[in-house]
Amino acid sequence: MEAVGAPASGATRRPDAADAAPLAPRARLLPALAAVYRAQLSRARVARIPLLFVATFQSVGIMILMRGVVDGGSEARAVVAGSSVLVVAFVALNLLAQYFGQLRAGGGLDHYATLPVPPASVVLGTAAAYASFTVPGTAVTAVFGCALFGLPMGHLWILAAVIPLAGAALSGLGAALGLLAPRQELATLFGQLGMSAALLLGVLPAGRMPGPIAYARDLLPSTYGVEAFAHSFDAHPDWSLVGLDLGVCAAVGVVSLAAAAWAYRRAAVR
Amino acid sequence: MSTGTAAARAGTVCAVRGLVKTYPATRGRRGAPGTPEVRATDGISLDVRRGEIFGLLGPNGAGKSTLVRQLTGLMRPDAGSVDVLGHDLVRHPERAARLIAYLGQESTALDELTVSLAAETTGRLRGLTLRDARAERDAVLAELGLDDIAGRPLKKLSGGQRRLACFAAALVGERPVLVLDEPTTGMDPLARRAVWAAVDRRRAERGATVLLVTHNVIEAETVLDRVAVIERGRVIACDTPAGLKARVADEVRVELVWRDRAPVEVPEVAALRASAQESGRRWTLRLSPERARAAVATVTGGPAFAALDDFTLATPSLEDVYLALGGRTEGLVKA
Repeated sequence: MEAVGAPASGATRRPDAADAAPLAPRARLLPALAAVYRAQLSRARVARIPLLFVATFQSVGIMILMRGVVDGGSEARAVVAGSSVLVVAFVALNLLAQYFGQLRAGGGLDHYATLPVPPASVVLGTAAAYASFTVPGTAVTAVFGCALFGLPMGHLWILAAVIPLAGAALSGLGAALGLLAPRQELATLFGQLGMSAALLLGVLPAGRMPGPIAYARDLLPSTYGVEAFAHSFDAHPDWSLVGLDLGVCAAVGVVSLAAAAWAYRRAAVR
Repeated sequence: MSTGTAAARAGTVCAVRGLVKTYPATRGRRGAPGTPEVRATDGISLDVRRGEIFGLLGPNGAGKSTLVRQLTGLMRPDAGSVDVLGHDLVRHPERAARLIAYLGQESTALDELTVSLAAETTGRLRGLTLRDARAERDAVLAELGLDDIAGRPLKKLSGGQRRLACFAAALVGERPVLVLDEPTTGMDPLARRAVWAAVDRRRAERGATVLLVTHNVIEAETVLDRVAVIERGRVIACDTPAGLKARVADEVRVELVWRDRAPVEVPEVAALRASAQESGRRWTLRLSPERARAAVATVTGGPAFAALDDFTLATPSLEDVYLALGGRTEGLVKA
């Protein structure tokens, strides 16, 4: 007789399990991620295109300025690599921190928090979309920089690895900053500061920096994207060095995206 | 035995017991004064039955939204229990999203999407497959008459249209319980009718239960089956709109609008003033039927009539009930 009234299968053993209504299914990680990615990408058409122009012009402008200071060699490579990755920092770090700060302040997170969607899908889908926004600007900046400083374009394909990996590291950081900042203005401020750091520490040639600043440069995840990209301009690039730099980007990306997913969960239920 | 078991047998969909949430006091900072501790929900208990449209009525700041946030798993109460369809949502807030469709007051998350993509994405995030999400999206947009604006971003729509688009998103990916926080704000009558028709259809065909937050008394009277009147974090009354109105059935509301000013030199008018609630040139009086007749006779004859612009006599509304129960009516909307 014990089978009578027992839950059919797999149901939680609780006294009221037989009376409890069935739960609708959860959204699974990857389909939900794809849906968020697609929705975020469509926002670009409405809201993000002017900002992409700003990001690209800023980087192109910096390279033109630096043209008068550096004359070829490793410094030119650093400037081109730094300016290209700066586009990623502008969009993935700065704009994403602003977006999540605004979403949290405006009650927009409630929308996601009342849907059965894994936090990682929301954070990763949004971060991936913002990283994708940076592709055209980064490519234009890199090509323009190579032409300006007379660098070889043969290994520009490395951008296909640099953008997603530096994008993951920086957008994870941007999302976490935006979600953890107690106020929207602070989210914007942190995003701006992060981008300024990427600008100063990434674009200026490392050889001329004083000691402590050089350490700060090592702490910034975008630095490794810049280094990897800069190495690829060598006549015979040391691919193991490039791989190591990209590996650091990937590791930071995993950690910062996990932190962002945690921050999302914390921000969603107050 | 848990309350969930008892509640489910009695046809109760949502059982709330002794819900308390206190916002801590804040200290004043440079110029801004501190705020004292606030009990946003102060021991709220209520039962919502299957298939009913249950309303939470009260002015802004009464605690309606805090209560809804606790029902939808967005906020943990300090004490009390929430049982929805046999699930303990205080212990398992993550289950709320699998039982309840929620329409909040904000549309920030959807603003830059097109109406069509907002509905489809919401359906996908409710666990629908791409095919099902698109099919439900098409059905809901057609049902609500949103086909013509399906390709436009929410941001570019009027307030009422945007609200209707958010409502559409809430309906994609069916749930047995709908929690709607002021769904018709800013809508024209046509859109309102579309909302209530869609709600009625889900109730009649699928037995959906609706919890509606409103501060609009007219809407509350026409669409709700039962209403809980909320004031300062407490339920001060809970009944059908007709049952609530029966409590003040021995009163009639008289509204007088004067041309320039009230003719208080007429002694009868001066006597009425004592029981009138004045708002500009408008006086509102709640009187017994006999006194109301006398008042109307006074103002429609003799010297007072010359000063009278308009007058109405009406049976009591929920607003009168609210006032009789000791509520503050300033936050309620009558439209």
